[in-house]
Amino acid sequence: MPKLSLEEVEHIGELARLGLSDAENEMFRDQLSAILDYAGMLNRLDTTGIPPTASALPLFNVMRRDEVRPSLPNEEAMANASDAEASQFRVRAVLE
Amino acid sequence: MAEHQWLAIHEARTMLRQGKISSVELTQAMLDRALAVDNDVRAFISLQPEEALAQAQAADQRRANGEDTPLLGIPLAIKDVLCTRGIVTTCGSHILEDFVPPFDATAVAKLRTAGAVFLGKTNTDEFAMGSSTEYSAFFTTGNPWDLERVPGGSSGGSAAAVASGETLGAVGTDTGGSIRQPAALCGIVGLKPTYGRVSRYGLVAHGSSLDQIGPLTRTVEDAAILLGCVAGHDPMDSTSLNIPVPDYVSEMKTEAGIKGMRVGVPKEYFSGEGIEAGVETAVRAALDVLTDLGAELVEISLPHTEYCIPIYYLISTAEASSNLARYDGVRYGLRADTPDMWQTYYETRQAGFGPEVKRRIMLGTYALSAGYYDAYYLKAQQARTLLRRDFEQAWEQVDVIACPTSPVVAFKLGQKVEDPLQMYMIDVFTVSLNLVGMCGISIPCGFSEGMPVGLQFMGPALGESLILRAAYAYEQATEWHKQRPDIKSQISNTKNQVSAV
Repeated sequence: MPKLSLEEVEHIGELARLGLSDAENEMFRDQLSAILDYAGMLNRLDTTGIPPTASALPLFNVMRRDEVRPSLPNEEAMANASDAEASQFRVRAVLE
Repeated sequence: MAEHQWLAIHEARTMLRQGKISSVELTQAMLDRALAVDNDVRAFISLQPEEALAQAQAADQRRANGEDTPLLGIPLAIKDVLCTRGIVTTCGSHILEDFVPPFDATAVAKLRTAGAVFLGKTNTDEFAMGSSTEYSAFFTTGNPWDLERVPGGSSGGSAAAVASGETLGAVGTDTGGSIRQPAALCGIVGLKPTYGRVSRYGLVAHGSSLDQIGPLTRTVEDAAILLGCVAGHDPMDSTSLNIPVPDYVSEMKTEAGIKGMRVGVPKEYFSGEGIEAGVETAVRAALDVLTDLGAELVEISLPHTEYCIPIYYLISTAEASSNLARYDGVRYGLRADTPDMWQTYYETRQAGFGPEVKRRIMLGTYALSAGYYDAYYLKAQQARTLLRRDFEQAWEQVDVIACPTSPVVAFKLGQKVEDPLQMYMIDVFTVSLNLVGMCGISIPCGFSEGMPVGLQFMGPALGESLILRAAYAYEQATEWHKQRPDIKSQISNTKNQVSAV
């Protein structure tokens, strides 16, 4: 597999909201290319018609009654927020 | 009294029950030991001596009132990726450096109910992503057998604390070997339960289809005791199994032991590149012991073994990139404040995450992104099915599988930290069990270069009693688990060298 382009690395970094520096982009370009190149060995496997495994356990829906149960007091639930007001998380404006 | 730190949990429990020791004495002995050696081992991110002694006092009071629970008054350490109510839970990351959870993880709550005393939170690779504990955002941990070497990871702090006598036992987490591998490298016992056996509620998520919580201890019996305390169904984790928890200790101590058990020896786990000769020699010698004990060794094949590393690193990073999207600086964790919403996200995550976490988020995001999903993520999931079939076929022939835990003994600090692919390769013998959701245990089986070697028993889903029985039989027939590292002379040597300079 050819080496990732710098543009690809920058695009992935934006998707992941990582705000990477130029030096990090260069480093990850080399490292991710090497890792993906190694992962290319999976192409030796014929997986035609093989179902994917998402979980080692058989998956099934788990239901419970929708009942009122004890919960954290509001102040405790908010205690780790970097910015809060009137029991609400304060965020930056999405729309100007 | 100086030897309290080396007691097995089951021995300490007997002494507590007989009134030969109090929990306060036991806990103080652990804290004294930590004070003496942890400046050099650096196993703990945080110690809570006052809280621990208060819990010990409460445990002694409960015992005086006639109560007796499985871990009443037993001091333990907790890997710092499990939420502890009111105690900072960092995940070894700057992004959670000040995070104080308002609740206990279910496993922690169960240990509390069982009467355990919590000494502190142990070091880990950031978000449990690593195999040497060097990716902790705070500091590296030394291997008690050679402080210039790594303890393994990511539960390296837990393993080092147990191996250095700073705690009687610990809990860690295992996404791709993070309990078994540090246990092997530190010469102790580490058990990864079947996926779903232990609730993941309150465990800070890494790879949600792979993560399990389990014990790190100095004896197999102690691992059985701790597993019995943390296992079980939890309505707060929809993947936890609603199946009764057996009495692991009594199921482990059968008269037959390993006699008549069919033990699979997977040829791919002895021939792979990168397995050190000293490791192979020690594990093969252990297989001879199993034969002497009456086990029937059966050569088997797990043909997709060589694909484990790429399968694991595509799936685990994909899951991690999704799980770690939650760190946006809003509800908890670091926030780098800027006037702009997007810029706040970028700068928060840039400042809060270390290089290995960013690398894995990048790899996972790539594997999940449009155009690459089929080629990487889906392909890895299909290969995961093939790997599962390997194991299903193996269980038709054998009861348990025996193999090395790690291809290498503990390496020097700094040796692999700059080369991520090299670091990933170390997990070659452990990631398979996480991908197939089955259980495994690592126990000490010898030394190479003066460093411990681990023997791994793998078992089918819910086969914990089987692997415990095999491990217990081997342990009782050997002396490896009684070896102790000499930390004090390492510390005084360092001091002499410093003063000579």
